Amino acid sequence: MTTTTLNPSVSPSLAQSVTAQFARRKMKAMLLPLIVLAYLIYSAMAFDLPGLASRARMDNAAILMSDFWQHKTHVTRNNRSGVVSIAIDGEGKGTYPAGYLPEWVSETSDGTKVDLGNGHLITYFDGGARYEVPGYGDIVITQTADGVTLDAPQPLPEWISASESRVSVTTDAGRFSYTRAKAETLKYQAGWALFFFGIESPFHYMSWPEIAASVLWGERVEAERSNISAVLHDFWTNSMWRHGDVAWAMFETVLMAFLGTFGAALVALPLAFMAARNMMPFASLRFALRRVFDFIRGVDGLIWTIVLARAFGPGPMTGALAILLTDTGSFGKTFSEALENIDEKQVEGIRSTGANTVQRARFGVLPQVAPVLLSQVLYFLESNTRGATVIGAIVGGGIGLLLTQAIQTQKDWEDVAYYMVLIVLTVMAMDSFSGWLRRKLIKGNA
Amino acid sequence: MVDIAFGPEPGPRPKADDPAAHYMELTRRRRLYGTILLVFFIATMASGFHLAEERNAGGFFSGLPMVFAFPSEVVAEAWEKRANLPGLFWSYLPSLIETLNIAAVSTLIGGALAVIMALLSSPGLSPWPRLTPVLRRIMDASRAVPEIVIALILIYILGPGPVPAVIAIAIHTTGALGKLFSEAAENSDMKPVEGLTSVGANWMQRMGLGILPQVAPNWLSYGLMRLEINVRASAILGFVGSGGIGYDLKIAMQWGLGRYDQVVAIFLLLFLAIAVIDRLSDNARARLVKG
Repeated sequence: MTTTTLNPSVSPSLAQSVTAQFARRKMKAMLLPLIVLAYLIYSAMAFDLPGLASRARMDNAAILMSDFWQHKTHVTRNNRSGVVSIAIDGEGKGTYPAGYLPEWVSETSDGTKVDLGNGHLITYFDGGARYEVPGYGDIVITQTADGVTLDAPQPLPEWISASESRVSVTTDAGRFSYTRAKAETLKYQAGWALFFFGIESPFHYMSWPEIAASVLWGERVEAERSNISAVLHDFWTNSMWRHGDVAWAMFETVLMAFLGTFGAALVALPLAFMAARNMMPFASLRFALRRVFDFIRGVDGLIWTIVLARAFGPGPMTGALAILLTDTGSFGKTFSEALENIDEKQVEGIRSTGANTVQRARFGVLPQVAPVLLSQVLYFLESNTRGATVIGAIVGGGIGLLLTQAIQTQKDWEDVAYYMVLIVLTVMAMDSFSGWLRRKLIKGNA
Repeated sequence: MVDIAFGPEPGPRPKADDPAAHYMELTRRRRLYGTILLVFFIATMASGFHLAEERNAGGFFSGLPMVFAFPSEVVAEAWEKRANLPGLFWSYLPSLIETLNIAAVSTLIGGALAVIMALLSSPGLSPWPRLTPVLRRIMDASRAVPEIVIALILIYILGPGPVPAVIAIAIHTTGALGKLFSEAAENSDMKPVEGLTSVGANWMQRMGLGILPQVAPNWLSYGLMRLEINVRASAILGFVGSGGIGYDLKIAMQWGLGRYDQVVAIFLLLFLAIAVIDRLSDNARARLVKG
């Protein structure tokens, strides 16, 4: 049986008004996304999103991405002296000692051979160089009195650029350039170069099993200390990655967050007692303290950080004080709210035994609010570990300083990747540590 | 009664003959642990501050008298040039609007992504339950990366401007809100969803009609709280990177003496904007939660 009419108890006018109300609501629900969309379009215009495409430097992005996971080794011959030097990332502290050749570089009677892999072979010979490109042919460069001449299969592809004074070739295997002053080859290899041991360390030239063997039963590499301490020392003082300094900086950042958060909690607790309605009989003092908390929170961490950096100079103490000051405002507010929401019966019970104010606070109030307060403090500790990176960048301390320096040089992107990984791991570790502590302290031994 | 089957709980048994002595012993032990913990905590704080002080450029006690030197210098100069302030307010208004826009847009984008992530990463709601742990780790990671890292890298690629800051804050917002959103969604009542399933609703309809109406007040309230945080973050990113009123502040600060009236104008604008937004969002949240 089918019914075509509505429930007869609903009058037609009511049905109509309900339908109309639904339609209005639907319109309203449609309007909100439209407003949001209009706002996003407006801000896209305000941020000059169309112009962004032209300003974006995709070549920078390519450099950055390749630096994140690979390194390049420069094989350079000074054409005037004939000296060949091999340097990782072209840096002085990454230069191999004279006479040492990696297995892909060899000195032969024809000259210096650089094997880029996949059949790409470059030979520096007296007065010129040859690059054998598989599937294309030989590129031969000879030096003349006033420049360089190029001999290569014609027509020249676009990955070879040649002028009278300079030839450069870019292939998948690497980059090669030749001028009268020098011949240079860049070989790209995956991984972070010299991450464990610097070029000056003897362990750089050993494989992991060899290092393990020398640690366990090998001869002393350095006479004055055991091999295991030499391995650790060389790792810690690695000149390229500076693990020791980075670890200190990371520790400073965590220290800032720790001191700032717990310092703020210690300062805010007595202030919160004075600002809670049920603890403080003087309304005017309460009101004044509330406004102080509001002011500290309103002025914002950025401004406090700047002001404090002027007084105390760069360093972790300044960062800790900045976090301490900012969080005192937040803690003061939330602590005093928690104190106002306590159960008065326990305080009354303590009072009935003749306890004074301090005793009432200690035995009547604190046990009730401690889990709430502690949980808030631990939440702040987590977010402050992250925030301390930014504060470090402003005041000049900790990992934030190293990070901004590495980014601003626009060169050592592998360092940036390293610091990022460290920061993310530290923040996640703090996250799970404070979560564990919270569960432990609040739910008992759960 | 049933627990008897599993035997007594591990640990020392209460002494049935002398409960008072047992209680006192327990209390004393707890006090001892508490004292040890407190001493350890104080020692850590003290040595931490000592270490921080040693590694700081300026000492705490030598710097303390200087705390008010800079603000008073700034305020004194600004007071002399107080006639400029209204004009400066007006000239910095566009930067302030840019900072607020960065915060609002990144909250909107991050919030929208967080809704998707939250629905996909809540067991019981997700259409692909196997994906939930992966999405949760992604959210953890995007929460852990500080905004400044992403912003500075993007500035290198995209050039200075507000867009890097928007992307950086939006990524962080996605992680932070995604976690809160999914916690709220997990605690919602599943009956409407079951009802919708029984009439053949698809996933979008189940979420839009079954879950969204339940969690909307909570989600909006979290979103507003994020907006407050993001306004501050956007000002800070401007100071460290580029874009908005934070950048103007950095320029004025670098100039130093002679432009402190500008510094004060920016401080005041920022203070007022943050205060107004906090107040508005406080009121809106109170209304949302109370219905």
